[in-house]
Amino acid sequence: MNQSSSSSRNAILGRIRKNLGRDTSPQDAPAEVVARLGNPPRNITPARAQIPHDQQLDLFVKMAGDVNASVSRIENSEAIVGEVSRYLAEHNQPAVVRLAPDSFITGLDWDKTTLEISSGVAGPLDLVSVTPAFAGVAETGSLMLRSGPDQPYTLNMLPDTHIVVIRASQIVGTYEEVWGLQRQSQGRGTMPRTFLWVTGPSRTGDIEQTLQLGAHGPRRLHIILVDDTGETPVAQPD
Amino acid sequence: MEHSTSPNFKQNAHDALNDASLQRALGRLKTGFKDKRTAAIAQLPEFEQLRDAARDIKNHTLANLDHYLTAFEANVIANGGHVHWCADAEEARQTVLKICQDKEAKSVLKGKSMISEEIGLNAFLEKQDLKVVETDLGEYIIQLRNEPPSHIIAPAIHVHKEQVADSFRETHKGRDINRPLDEPRDLLDEAREVMREHFFAADIGITGANFLIAETGTSVIVTNEGNGDLTQTLSKVHIAIASLEKVVPTLEDASTILRVLARSATGQEMSSYTTFSTGPRRGEDLDGPEEYHVILLDNGRSNMLGTEFQEMLRCIRCAACMNHCPVYGAVGGHAYGWVYPGPMGSVLTPSLIGVDEAGHLPNASTFCGKCEEVCPMRIPLPKMMRHWREREFEKHLGPQSMRFGIQAWAWMASRPKLYQLTTGFAAKVLKSMGGRKRAIHKLPLARGWTDIRDLPAPQGKTFKQLWAEQQAAKKA
Amino acid sequence: MSFAPSSTSKPRVGLFVTCLVDMFRPTVGFSAVKLLEEAGCVVDVPMEQVCCGQPAFNAGDLASARKVAKPLIAMFADHDYVVAPSGSCAGMMIKHFPELFANDPELAEPVKALAAKTWELVSFLTDVMKLDGVAAAFDGSITYHDSCSGLRELKVKEQPRKLLRSVKGLSINELQESETCCGFGGTFCVKYPEISGKMVGDKTTDIKNSGADMLLAGDMGCLMNMAGKLRREGSDIEVRHVAEVLADMTMAAPGIAGSEKG
Repeated sequence: MNQSSSSSRNAILGRIRKNLGRDTSPQDAPAEVVARLGNPPRNITPARAQIPHDQQLDLFVKMAGDVNASVSRIENSEAIVGEVSRYLAEHNQPAVVRLAPDSFITGLDWDKTTLEISSGVAGPLDLVSVTPAFAGVAETGSLMLRSGPDQPYTLNMLPDTHIVVIRASQIVGTYEEVWGLQRQSQGRGTMPRTFLWVTGPSRTGDIEQTLQLGAHGPRRLHIILVDDTGETPVAQPD
Repeated sequence: MEHSTSPNFKQNAHDALNDASLQRALGRLKTGFKDKRTAAIAQLPEFEQLRDAARDIKNHTLANLDHYLTAFEANVIANGGHVHWCADAEEARQTVLKICQDKEAKSVLKGKSMISEEIGLNAFLEKQDLKVVETDLGEYIIQLRNEPPSHIIAPAIHVHKEQVADSFRETHKGRDINRPLDEPRDLLDEAREVMREHFFAADIGITGANFLIAETGTSVIVTNEGNGDLTQTLSKVHIAIASLEKVVPTLEDASTILRVLARSATGQEMSSYTTFSTGPRRGEDLDGPEEYHVILLDNGRSNMLGTEFQEMLRCIRCAACMNHCPVYGAVGGHAYGWVYPGPMGSVLTPSLIGVDEAGHLPNASTFCGKCEEVCPMRIPLPKMMRHWREREFEKHLGPQSMRFGIQAWAWMASRPKLYQLTTGFAAKVLKSMGGRKRAIHKLPLARGWTDIRDLPAPQGKTFKQLWAEQQAAKKA
Repeated sequence: MSFAPSSTSKPRVGLFVTCLVDMFRPTVGFSAVKLLEEAGCVVDVPMEQVCCGQPAFNAGDLASARKVAKPLIAMFADHDYVVAPSGSCAGMMIKHFPELFANDPELAEPVKALAAKTWELVSFLTDVMKLDGVAAAFDGSITYHDSCSGLRELKVKEQPRKLLRSVKGLSINELQESETCCGFGGTFCVKYPEISGKMVGDKTTDIKNSGADMLLAGDMGCLMNMAGKLRREGSDIEVRHVAEVLADMTMAAPGIAGSEKG
């Protein structure tokens, strides 16, 4: 912090305290502030997502579809690579795929396909990406994607087609449940550089309020939902 | 934006009402966002409860604003970011410039940010020989047209696709001059292509922030296009510009407010991208910015605390108020003359640039109350516009004739007998003026009325005259 | 017709006529009296009443607003209810008097009591007097504009429609954008005539598109604005306060502002 910022900091905080009718010098945070930060209340959560897990899956699929994402439900993770090939062929997309350098994704049996694969960050020429997800939220069909060494952020945004692999067990009802999982996974108060909620592909209505998909991010978002109820659990996906 | 044309609101409104192209564009606003909002809310039975919760969260935050801001600051720093407290627009501009100079930056990419408009950042940076490119499609269009936004979430809502095509042909050189740019899709594809080149060449990426989260030191942007994400990810430095009141305590609190934000704004259940950014890229990360800065701007907001305008600081910039405002719908956003149009602007603008400058705005309302009805944060906008009128009255701003008129009327209205005599006389005269048509076409002292519409003539006697006659007859 | 069952003695209602009804359209006042009496009320009209002070209140001149409004507090102290044929004036007394007199502790209780017993006419008839219908007839179609204050401050929406449906021979053509402001807004319409003109022009377009023979609403300000614009545009759609139709008094006086036809 430079000097001017430091003096502005004191002036701004002083004004806030004075106008709130308090002493202008710094004080300890009151108990309710400490409690809220230490143990965040969940506020109001919609009943629509507080349903049995199989119904949450159906809701997730419906909501994602409503925002122009496509969802394929498959039986097991062995079928993932086939589904990627099928989807790309169906949509006349190049058979060249950039993978997230995530062991689950790169460890799939890509040799079974004719797809040309590589992994790492996305560049200007990458048209298709396949990434894992941290979680999915049934409430709005949203995907929760964390940036990290295994999941470069550019894969979510640069390619024309973004394919996300998520397992049924990763779908929860509400955003609040995801924050609980995030705290469990990385610790309280810790976040990755980017925590992204994706609800459908990129879009804009900026020209005459006409909805267009594929503004600056992906034109297509395809979700491969793997029914993992019968599978041996793998390490925490991400 | 340093200079406002708010004092010329009346002339601006006149021009807007006579601008056929603008009126055609505003016609689209009559359905669009409004119908989608209605449909989205019908899908969520908890919407009213969520509004209450959202209001309560912000009230609690504002009452403890110093604590949450310092907690936010501490967490940004703990994650390797920087926080810059800026008292006013000039300090914010200089701070951004300093960061750009330290990195020897040549180009700046912008995600959509109303605060950047408020501080006039683009014009300032361009004067310092920095190349500034707006990446949100709507913002890009108005940047090419050299205009301010006319709406806080749909900045180019006043522009037609033919006008966009003209701007693109003029700016995007080296392309086939006869290429088809008739459809929104053509325009979008070209903008996407052009913008990709910018994304890969940027030194500094500036975004706004819909929320700052104290618990984690996170800034949040809510977008549909993905431009903000590319702006802040591909640049070496990410600067998030936010005003003080954007802070909320926790991830859960942000989530609660997010549930009312998109639904109120565009009628979406959730925007395509809700991006929580915390610090710069981590050691092992393969992409992301090397530096993360937050500009915390006051610019008059701390002085709204403790006043009758404090509740305005709950605003989340969803634009529901302007989407539903019949005055905004008639004149559009530019008429308001500064950064923030519509009802939220009519309350906020006088706070930020002074009521002597922006005095028209809180007056240009019928107090129909639609804005308050749709505001997800339950901000009593008409009441606060009225408070501005009180301030203007105290300061003797506003037209003298109106002031004199109201006081003369009040003087008479507190003298019932005199008032009765006068209105009884007026009713009689006006009735005879109305003649057989029972309507007056032109009344010199009431031209504001009769320029637009006839004045219905009174029936001749006042109710109280007739009532008194009737009561007397009953007794007789 | 049913009456409020709670009390054997008739409720004593103080009629707040409103300044626009008093000067421009006494028929509305008499319609209100008739409706209230038919509903089983005793109606009293305090003759010293003038105005609720709203024009000054909305102009930011609180001192003038208090000066004009204050006498009403004592004037209506002894009535069981205060009823006004206007959502705007009733809304002023119900929602804004407590704020206007907030700095006067002596008035806190009386103002609260006044606010608690004040009603807009049609909602009083349905919500308090539990009226399900009226004994009126009107052969034709009407359309209804929901005036802003009544609609948003007092939640008057279904009440007038409920009573109108009971009028013999009457049909309702719902108005597109019936909840959108007509552009009156008190002094707004003369301070910003061009904007007001655009708003009321949009409104009259919707009114004409409704195909109705008659336009009704519950507030004289809006009615005069819309009637004045319809006449300026040469339309002969009749315009009346809803009370006139409900009280079966359409024969007592011609509509608000005449047309070319007279």
